[in-house]
Amino acid sequence: MTPLLQVRNIEKRYGARIGCADVSFDLYPGEVLGIVGESGSGKSTLLNCLAGHLAPDQGEVIFDTRADGPRDVRQMPEAERRMLSRTDWAFVHQNPRDGLRMRVSAGGNVGERLMAVGARHYGDIRQTAGDWLTKVEIDTARMDDRPSAFSGGMQQRLQIARNLVTGPRLVFMDEPTGGLDVSVQARLLDLLRGLVRRMGLSAIIVTHDLAVVRLLADRLMVMKSGHVVETGLTDQVLDDPQHAYTQLLVSSVLQV
Amino acid sequence: MSYNFAYLDEQTKRMIRRAILKGVAIPGYQVPFASREMPMPYGWGTGGVQVSAACLTPDDVFKVIDQGADDTTNAVSIRRFFEKTAGVAVTEKTAEATVIQTRHRIPETPLCADQILVYQVPIPEPLRFLEPRETETRKMHGLEEYGLMHVKLYEDIARHGEIATAYAYPVKVEDRYVMDPSPIPKFDNPKLESPALQLFGAGREQRIYALPPFTKVASLDFEDYPFDPSKAAHPCALCGAEDSYLDEVIVDDAGGRMFVCSDTDYCASRRDTGEAA
Repeated sequence: MTPLLQVRNIEKRYGARIGCADVSFDLYPGEVLGIVGESGSGKSTLLNCLAGHLAPDQGEVIFDTRADGPRDVRQMPEAERRMLSRTDWAFVHQNPRDGLRMRVSAGGNVGERLMAVGARHYGDIRQTAGDWLTKVEIDTARMDDRPSAFSGGMQQRLQIARNLVTGPRLVFMDEPTGGLDVSVQARLLDLLRGLVRRMGLSAIIVTHDLAVVRLLADRLMVMKSGHVVETGLTDQVLDDPQHAYTQLLVSSVLQV
Repeated sequence: MSYNFAYLDEQTKRMIRRAILKGVAIPGYQVPFASREMPMPYGWGTGGVQVSAACLTPDDVFKVIDQGADDTTNAVSIRRFFEKTAGVAVTEKTAEATVIQTRHRIPETPLCADQILVYQVPIPEPLRFLEPRETETRKMHGLEEYGLMHVKLYEDIARHGEIATAYAYPVKVEDRYVMDPSPIPKFDNPKLESPALQLFGAGREQRIYALPPFTKVASLDFEDYPFDPSKAAHPCALCGAEDSYLDEVIVDDAGGRMFVCSDTDYCASRRDTGEAA
């Protein structure tokens, strides 16, 4: 099987400081990869390099495109890369305000991606948007409300609907549950797990919350100071951590 | 005190003509140009005046309209400006003019091939209110990413039940560039496909763009909500015209109102020839 995403020796430096370095991995279709580590360990830098928001200083990001098979995303023309990022890719921001248009109604937010790939039938767009709002448990009566009238959890669910509406194959998530209280977090995780499994999505999830990766991720990468210090199956890494930093991370989780 | 012909110096006019030629070569594309300070405030048509100055020749007959009218302050002062600085003949008759500078209207009388219509444009970027970053909007034009424009129309229908955008209605030019036709009523949009050369000048924003004669201009819409060039459902109270764009005029403080042609020349000529009902 061809990996959906092959990452080779990605490095990003901020001047003399290292953002992330020497990161390589393969992501297969339907697989969920978790990236954990403390603040400043280069998780978000790595994710932004992969998603094309930052230009890495070196390395390759090879994506298995529908039309032409595996291609290096960095070598693509910008038009193709942007097309990719609104069809086959999705990016869920930590803060829903970064990923939503706050002055556009919920329906318009979900419909934007459809219109960006050429949908021009209002009734169809609205129908699809309504279906997706239902899927993420937002009442369709709130369809014409602006996201600013939504709670934090609803905004995050709306952002997920907006991203998944074009049926992407790869989802990047940057702390999708950050800033939400625990009961809302639990529901969001439940929803995400259902959607990811049902749609057979591949996902890369950056988080510092070990419970999130325990629930969602098949495989885990632990980062420290810009380097990957340990990789493996999620249960294996969490239950039998080998690297000193991973041991510290696992033992730091509070037990209620 | 004497001026160079049409106020601007020859080098400036050359610079503006180059921008116009580039705009004509790429219909709908906003060409940056080094807009000059003009002896009038921004928002009064500094872009249109510079384009007119670059187009005028001593043999031209010049007409200026503001919201369709020849006799409003803005139209009168710009017309007088070129009478003084270029010494060109001026007229109020659409058919007699060779260069027409307009603000917010296209004349009702169909234009012909030897005429130039110059628009005054306040904000040339149709995506501005959706995407505030200029770097991003330029990229969107370059990569033909116009989905966002439809989000605006979607929002209109979701909120008002129809596309409520009534002026500055976005159009797609030759299936390529999305363009702001300046704040003309959407009633005028079908007239953008014209035998005349149409030039758009935005002075403060320093952009010129153009529609060469017979360019394909399509107003954006949805399949199930097609474009509708609507107008007030009345005949003109003065000349009885049913096919012209109307202004609503309040005539007393008891709620009395009348609808009259916004194109004063069209209305007056109909009344002169006795076509009024």
